[in-house]
Amino acid sequence: MKHFAIAFVLVIIVTVLVILGLSALDLVPQLASAEGEFVDQMFDVQIYIIAFIFSLIVVLMLYSVVVFRRKPGDTSDGPHITGNTSLEITWTLIPLAVVIGIGIWGAGHLYEITASEPDEMVVEVTGFQFGWRFDYPEHGVSSSELYLPRGRQILFKITSTDVIHSFWVPEFRIKQDAVPGRWTELRVTPTEVGDYRIRCAELCGYAHTTMYAPVVVVEPDEFEAWLTGQAVERPPSEDLSPAELGAQLVEEQGCLSCHSLDGSELVGPTWLGIFGAERQMEDGSTLVADEQYLRASILEPQSQVVAGYPNIMPAAYSFLSDEELDGIVEYIKTLSE
Amino acid sequence: MTVLSLGLVRGLGAQIVGTALGLALIVLSRVLMGLDAWAAEPAVVLGAIVGIIAFLIGAGSFNDWFKWTRGEETPMHHGPPPDKPAWTRYFNVDYNHRVIGIQYLVTAILLLLIAGTLAGIFRVELAQAGRDWLDPAVYNTMIGMHGWVMIASILLGIAGFANYLIPLLIGAADMAFPRLNSAAFWINVPAAIVLMASMVVGGWNTGWTAYPPLSAIAPLGMQLYFVAVFFMGLSSILGAVNLIATILTQRVPGMTMFRMPIFAWSVLATSIIALTATQLISLSFVMVMFQRLLGMGFFDPAKGGNPILFQHLFWFYSHPAVYIFVLPGLGIISELLPVFSRKPLFGYKWVAMSSMAIALAGFLVWAHHMFASGMESFLRVPFMFTTLLVAVPTGIKFFSWIATMWRGKLIFPTPMLFVLGALSVFLIGGLTGPPNGVVTTDLFVHDTYWIVGHFHATMFGGFVFPFFAALYYWFPKITGRMYNERLGKLSFALMTGAFWVQSLGQIRVGLLGMRRRIVDYDPALGIEGMQLAITVAGFVIGLAVLLTLYNLIRSARRGEVAERNPWHSRSPEWQIPSPIPEVAYAQPFQVVGAPYDYGLPDSVYVRVQTATTAAGE
Repeated sequence: MKHFAIAFVLVIIVTVLVILGLSALDLVPQLASAEGEFVDQMFDVQIYIIAFIFSLIVVLMLYSVVVFRRKPGDTSDGPHITGNTSLEITWTLIPLAVVIGIGIWGAGHLYEITASEPDEMVVEVTGFQFGWRFDYPEHGVSSSELYLPRGRQILFKITSTDVIHSFWVPEFRIKQDAVPGRWTELRVTPTEVGDYRIRCAELCGYAHTTMYAPVVVVEPDEFEAWLTGQAVERPPSEDLSPAELGAQLVEEQGCLSCHSLDGSELVGPTWLGIFGAERQMEDGSTLVADEQYLRASILEPQSQVVAGYPNIMPAAYSFLSDEELDGIVEYIKTLSE
Repeated sequence: MTVLSLGLVRGLGAQIVGTALGLALIVLSRVLMGLDAWAAEPAVVLGAIVGIIAFLIGAGSFNDWFKWTRGEETPMHHGPPPDKPAWTRYFNVDYNHRVIGIQYLVTAILLLLIAGTLAGIFRVELAQAGRDWLDPAVYNTMIGMHGWVMIASILLGIAGFANYLIPLLIGAADMAFPRLNSAAFWINVPAAIVLMASMVVGGWNTGWTAYPPLSAIAPLGMQLYFVAVFFMGLSSILGAVNLIATILTQRVPGMTMFRMPIFAWSVLATSIIALTATQLISLSFVMVMFQRLLGMGFFDPAKGGNPILFQHLFWFYSHPAVYIFVLPGLGIISELLPVFSRKPLFGYKWVAMSSMAIALAGFLVWAHHMFASGMESFLRVPFMFTTLLVAVPTGIKFFSWIATMWRGKLIFPTPMLFVLGALSVFLIGGLTGPPNGVVTTDLFVHDTYWIVGHFHATMFGGFVFPFFAALYYWFPKITGRMYNERLGKLSFALMTGAFWVQSLGQIRVGLLGMRRRIVDYDPALGIEGMQLAITVAGFVIGLAVLLTLYNLIRSARRGEVAERNPWHSRSPEWQIPSPIPEVAYAQPFQVVGAPYDYGLPDSVYVRVQTATTAAGE
């Protein structure tokens, strides 16, 4: 019994130390949603249980290693103890009770985070290689930035146009896959004003890494103002200059997941200073990036691959009209001025 | 003797010819149909399939079966092939379970080295933020290859020890179906070549899980991956049939199920899963293969297909597969702990039944990989409960191990150290499991490095550490020589320390928002220092692996000659000479006691009659 008593005290001490150590770290990012509170609460409880079981096993193991080591010169065996049924039943039933308890509690939390509030607002989220589009069907607004009002539950209806993506804002905690051919749902109530980022969480192709979209949580009145601005001020495309149309398109079509505007290195070549520059091709030839080259690179990306970049851009942009293509080319030209 | 007398060489030649034949068949039929002669996808797929079958024919795996169809007798030959050096049997179709065991083990270690090298390459990319030296196409291929090559290495490593040990432990003359046993091994060689070839035909970008629709539009390498997995799965199924039949029917009289060494129970449990679940991953991959080749829109929403169906089929194998990987390792822990604690295994029947319980429960948890997938929301609740239940039998194992050590007389040669390392690492893996099982916390950690950390800890604790323990433990029995203890302990210290750093680092960056399967990460996450630590730790693990291999290879030639039973084990294989003679037990041994009665005076487990001893110890 002496061994048990010492080990018991050690287990308690180590458990406390582990918990203190873990709480000194910022384990998770800032929390910014009401649903996330359930996640963090459950996570904290699990961390306590983990800390206890970890300490229990490690202490008993190390205690055995130190105290029950065979002394030099001793060749005898240990005591002949083959088992103990009541102990086995005990350490079957207690964990069973704990996991059933956590399961029931977890089911309750799942119910809470999927429950619908009466004033929830629908936002349709469409993932595509490699970007996100957001539609506010109740307001007739479409955007490539996700604006959200603080304190109101949002019902995200999520889909994809090509492969599976996953809608995840770490600060909101919970995530939901975007599956082509169906709508999936996720409810989030933002609680903190701020700028966040959607980070696609399901491997979706070569630019998965940079499949981000900005998330802006604002106060409700500011959100209303943004909605109004979107609905009214957004001019129809014929009123835009070609370069303005292009600027809008490259954001909506997710071009910027692979092509940077500031010279930084992503999956594909940056557009900064590209127009009029001499390009070294994969096959060794060189050419000057003129309008025709840019156009062909959008429509048939496989036909001319720049040296040093993988041949992975999808030939998925033939739906763009001539006017739209011109717009994108004009926009790229502005980046070389 | 010419090189053509080696089955491996003949097989490789036949695979080249077979692949060409498969390609030609497609080209010819397309020409006859008036189509363009060359269509890469069907040609490469058929070439790969015909190539694998041709390898087996060329190597001679089917020779006896062909003779049976002609009504010829095929008497079982024992010993090395006549008029050829003894080493050649390892490169030929050989029916001895220990030869096949070594073939499996060596192949497993080669695959381990390949998969580890891949990991080293992409860990360098991740050591700092920013794109450094891998383009995303190469990176994505490598992460998928790392995944499956490791899985193949684990499956083969398990098969290696199961083949080598199970007949010895239960007193069988050999496996129930020796020819099938050999064929099941050889399938892996051409399949591994096809898997490697997938890297040179464009790779693939989906990771090992190959979710459609992405896998349906991935480069050509995807198809070769599917072919390779299909055949490796076939090998796994055939191996499982053989092990189950052997354990159930080939035990010596007196070896009741509850007197078997505990490793046999874990192999039985793992084989039941492999036999009944592997079909599902093969099916899911073949369906994507057919969607690509034949336009069958199983998973294409535009054709009425359902991408989530794939995930159900895939995980119906791929979750239980995790238990296939770890149960034998846990069996090795249970097998070795009593020997080095000099005390009986605590609660033998509970430990045995916990393996069966994990195997059974493992079939009921697959959809916990799909909490965020968009399947019916209510399904998440029952799958949460079944998943959490797995903690109960796993807990029984942990508590029984601790109770085995408690008040024992522990000794710490290298195999025992790796067992203790396994316990500590599997503990991390086990304890990081429940947050993935509870839906709310899983929706946070799913597809992050938390999962990567959790998974690698279960694989290292459940397979790699026990595998290394087993290599050191049975090395003197296999080679008749002793490994170098100091190098062994150094390898243990490096691997355990580094793995802890790597594992805790992965878990930490995952919680901070690092997603899985990304080639670069946002420096704003503030994880660069930890990423560097993970990479360095990964390389130290690699060093520890190489150190062990150096130790074993050198000791196999120059090590001290080992005693027959250096561990004073009660198990039957230690009562016969090392290395083991061609016929291990001249007569069936007698089972006269329980396997782990350490500390019970004058008790023995088995009485073995061999040419050189009159009785067991």
